[in-house]
Amino acid sequence: MADASGQTGGLRAWLLTDTPTSRRHARISALYQGWLSFRSNTMAMVGLGILVLLVLIAFAAPLLAPHDPFAQDLGNRLAPLGAPGHVLGTDSLGRDILSRLIYGARITLYIVALVALIAPIAGLLVGTVSGYVGGWVDMVLMRITDIFLAFPRLVLALAFVAALGAGIENAVLAISLTAWPPYARIARAETLTIRKSDYISAIRLQGAGPLRIITTHIWPLCVSSLIVRVTLDMAGIILAAAGLGFLGLGAQPPSPEWGAMISEGRRFILDHWWVATMPGLAIFTVSLAFNLLGDGLRDVLDPKASE
Amino acid sequence: MVRGPKRERTAERMLEIEDLNVWFGSGRDRVDAVKGATFSVAQGQSFGLVGESGSGKSTILRAITGLAPDWSGRISVAGAALNKRRARRFFKTVQMVFQDPYASLHPRHSVDQVLGETLYLHGFRDIDACVSKLLDDVGLGQKFRFRYPHQLSGGQRQRVAIARALAPEPDLLLLDEPTSALDVSVQAEILNLLSDLRAARLLTYVMVSHDLSVVGHMCDRLAVMNGGQIVEIMEVAALRAMKASHPYSQHLLAASV
Repeated sequence: MADASGQTGGLRAWLLTDTPTSRRHARISALYQGWLSFRSNTMAMVGLGILVLLVLIAFAAPLLAPHDPFAQDLGNRLAPLGAPGHVLGTDSLGRDILSRLIYGARITLYIVALVALIAPIAGLLVGTVSGYVGGWVDMVLMRITDIFLAFPRLVLALAFVAALGAGIENAVLAISLTAWPPYARIARAETLTIRKSDYISAIRLQGAGPLRIITTHIWPLCVSSLIVRVTLDMAGIILAAAGLGFLGLGAQPPSPEWGAMISEGRRFILDHWWVATMPGLAIFTVSLAFNLLGDGLRDVLDPKASE
Repeated sequence: MVRGPKRERTAERMLEIEDLNVWFGSGRDRVDAVKGATFSVAQGQSFGLVGESGSGKSTILRAITGLAPDWSGRISVAGAALNKRRARRFFKTVQMVFQDPYASLHPRHSVDQVLGETLYLHGFRDIDACVSKLLDDVGLGQKFRFRYPHQLSGGQRQRVAIARALAPEPDLLLLDEPTSALDVSVQAEILNLLSDLRAARLLTYVMVSHDLSVVGHMCDRLAVMNGGQIVEIMEVAALRAMKASHPYSQHLLAASV
């Protein structure tokens, strides 16, 4: 027992050392210290917990769901909360709402993951190139960004979906296309403050080209504020996807996407409130979790806040 | 030590500057930071540029390295005149140490990354061995190798910055107030390190400072600058004897006592 605690103490000291002995050691140590400061933020841990739970639910959906999310039972439609066999009731076609929510977690994760991959990376590319190169490249890229920013997000997404056809992939694409400009702006602003700094001058004096400077010197400093912004925006992205689903331009029936479920439940909202409310609560919980996580990450990652 | 033919040929004039003008902005916003500066530095010599802040002394260094792109006149390093663009080979001859060691190291790069990348860019093969040799040369042990800048003190950071400047084995080192951001006790250490390195590596220094005692300690000759112009070039012996001919230099000397 004493031996084991001594060993963990040794591991802790190894992780918290000020004198790392190898590249790997230095990296692991930096990660661990970030984790420690993240862990001290209770609300952020709650957010992370909810999201981990969401991922687990999405992966284990077939094991967790009590019913087939597509199985209709017209004799048992609009069953109330706590009905036998249907904890969260059934919808207008007698489908189990709990099972549909569980399977819907997969769709939500899919949307979130794709948008989180496409939009910030596009924004980072445009913003850092624009900020570092400057001149007319900056002008052209920023005016394009302005054009995208000038449209209301949902309207632009609607136009894209209308042009590309309804469906979850096109919804993701449309949301990404409307989500990247703020990231480009943030990345450009960060780049402008970084590009004149001495450490960029120093690497230029080693003969480094713009490509190397942007990718290995500017990106690592922009990424943290982008990650924070992405987690804070995730709530909005889920809502935009739900909104497209609600308008019938996102996921198509009978897919158990949460926004589409609210849309279906809308007709019964006065007499059978749970049909629309349960998916609404799910969206609310996940959005809240992303916001809490984003706040916590900002405390850990944002160099301006920590210094 | 066998001296290469390159060093032999350039033995006389390491740096020559003739009628150098440097300006920022254009039109009505144009600011002339340096006006008609002329001086030369012999191989192995240490040359000081002194003056108040804003007198254009750092700007001369930035023009030499290409960081201040708008200049006219003639700059030649080791006998070769410079054009507007600097080739990568140029940076194997000329390197610079910046004023503020807190701003000149990338906050997310470890010492190992900083030096390793520099060596890689200059085409060195045996990077691991070179990094540890550089750390030894600047008096930092191997235990500093994988630290990040926030785990280092100001003096240690400046040693890393000096190691980075030495990595490509330059002949001419430009020092932009290398100690002004440091504590007095650390200043002496860094100055001694720079003196030792100059002796060991036969370096030529151009050192900017507003501290006359630092220049008196480090340099052989110095130029006094005021308002973008060089008002006087003198031997350091004249500085020590307080014998300046130009009124502004006399004023500067009197003020520094």
